[in-house]
Amino acid sequence: MNLKSETFQRIDEVITHYPVKRSATLPLLHLIQEDAGYISDEAITWIAGKLELQPINVLEVVTFYPMFRRAPIGRRHIKVCRTLSCALSGGYKTCETFAREFNTHAGPGVVSPDGEVTVEFVECLASCGTAPVVLIDETLHEKVDVAKAKQLSDQIKAEAAARK
Amino acid sequence: MSAPAQHRIIFKHIDEPGYTNDIECYLRHGGYEVLRKSVTRKPEELIDEVKKSGLRGRGGAGFPCGVKWGLVDRKSGKPIYLIVNADESEPGTFKDRYIMHQDPHQLIEGTIISCFANNVKQAYIYIRGEMPEGARILERAIAEARSRNFVGPNILGTGYSCEIYVHRGAGAYICGEETGLIESLEGKRANPRIKPPYFPAVLGLYQCPTIVNNVETLCQVKYIADVGGEAYAKIGTPGNTGTRIFCVSGHVQRPGYYEFPAGTITMGQLLNDVCGGPLPGRTFKAVIPGGSSAKVLKFGERYKGKRKVGADMVDYDWGVEDVPMDFDSLAMIGSMGGSGGVIVMDDTVNMVEALANINAFYSHESCGQCTPCREGSLWMKKISSRMVHGDARPQDGALLKSVADQIPGRTICAFGEACSWPTQSFITKFKDEFDSYSEVKKTLPADRRVLV
Repeated sequence: MNLKSETFQRIDEVITHYPVKRSATLPLLHLIQEDAGYISDEAITWIAGKLELQPINVLEVVTFYPMFRRAPIGRRHIKVCRTLSCALSGGYKTCETFAREFNTHAGPGVVSPDGEVTVEFVECLASCGTAPVVLIDETLHEKVDVAKAKQLSDQIKAEAAARK
Repeated sequence: MSAPAQHRIIFKHIDEPGYTNDIECYLRHGGYEVLRKSVTRKPEELIDEVKKSGLRGRGGAGFPCGVKWGLVDRKSGKPIYLIVNADESEPGTFKDRYIMHQDPHQLIEGTIISCFANNVKQAYIYIRGEMPEGARILERAIAEARSRNFVGPNILGTGYSCEIYVHRGAGAYICGEETGLIESLEGKRANPRIKPPYFPAVLGLYQCPTIVNNVETLCQVKYIADVGGEAYAKIGTPGNTGTRIFCVSGHVQRPGYYEFPAGTITMGQLLNDVCGGPLPGRTFKAVIPGGSSAKVLKFGERYKGKRKVGADMVDYDWGVEDVPMDFDSLAMIGSMGGSGGVIVMDDTVNMVEALANINAFYSHESCGQCTPCREGSLWMKKISSRMVHGDARPQDGALLKSVADQIPGRTICAFGEACSWPTQSFITKFKDEFDSYSEVKKTLPADRRVLV
């Protein structure tokens, strides 16, 4: 496995949190996905070896939990809450706006043509009082109406342009 | 009658200017003093205080916390685990988020007191995957508490040791169900376990006795350890003690979180006086009182019956606005207080479309191990989505209800009930809208708010 040395350190540390190694399956998947961007076949075999499991024990976990993915996604991950309170406050328009701004459509694993974003609907983000909410990478944005969605999109585009 | 004043115990410092989530700030506000006091007492005394307090779990089921602790198998000789259920995922609920982000040490102090009371040496905080920032804040807070000897070996020189680790979920609602959560913490798919025999108090994490408590519940325990069970029981109403945090979302002027003594505020006071009433020019149509699986209440309907007030049975005749917001009253009128998530819908909402949104959620979140739930939730989603996006038929309401009626009681966990209650209640209470949707749909504006 090709990972940062810090990731390997954190992996070895987190395994010590549990009396049974298998419990570290989710933490390891998170750490590897944060480092490598997605969960490869190699990662599944490697985790299984590390935790003394069969690869199927890891694969069945990957396919169960919505946050784990088997392929790379856009540079930024835009997760729009789809559930009732957000929908009542216009969440579908918010999602549509992000997709249009990046010339893509919303869906898990769909990458915008410029490779910059993946826009995706997710279920309840537990911030219903400030609906509609959007999680961009690890930051929660509240009351994201169409105007704010455009503004956030512009920001992402500006950051992308600055990188080039 | 106007609403009573808020009584903030758990949310005392939430949104307070200048209050930060580091340990220095917490200590300046008297933090960890209750822990210092508690570790000088006998653990059994603390359990008794919680029993006397009448505290009911704040995760959704409202199960008495003292009873839950009383069921723990202490004779097996196996280690006892405590898991903080921070998987807050019932749509409409967002209270634990603020505790963890803004006042994490309150949770840690409550957790360690609860661990001490139950002779727990290892606790895990299972936080939902969608709260990466919350997980980081908690990890930092635990490290701070460890460096001050509030967590870890030989806490405050008492010889008692307890460790807390944060464990992140990965986007599955079912992990809020305690046995699903335990499976997930063991590194597996979160398929709930069947009870009996797998009561967590006896056969929980690693087949050891395990206590699973909600974030807010453990914060309430900290307060109980401070003031005592009897004093706590005086807050609220008999059977519904302490404070409740209501999370109000949807179509009100001031959505947000509000903490009141349990049972002292009615739905009408909460929505009109506290939350400012409906949006301009609108009227309330329906409200879901305790997270999206709670049965919907329809404005205009009446609830009648007899209820116990003190030693007497008295008649009640309530509209939605008159219902006291406590576990028992909401159960009496056929819904539930659940997690305190109140979702409000006004007259702009078409109930077929709102139900289609909810059904899409439950279909996505069914773990899939029980056929009635896996297939039933999927078909409820398919039928209600077809009504909205394809052809709607007058008989679809009855079809939906027949699917919903075949799920509850036939599944391993309560998700079966949770996914069928919305469909059952929406169709019973808004039958006309379902019957006429095929016609009404043609007249609805094409640019209306999309719900599914």
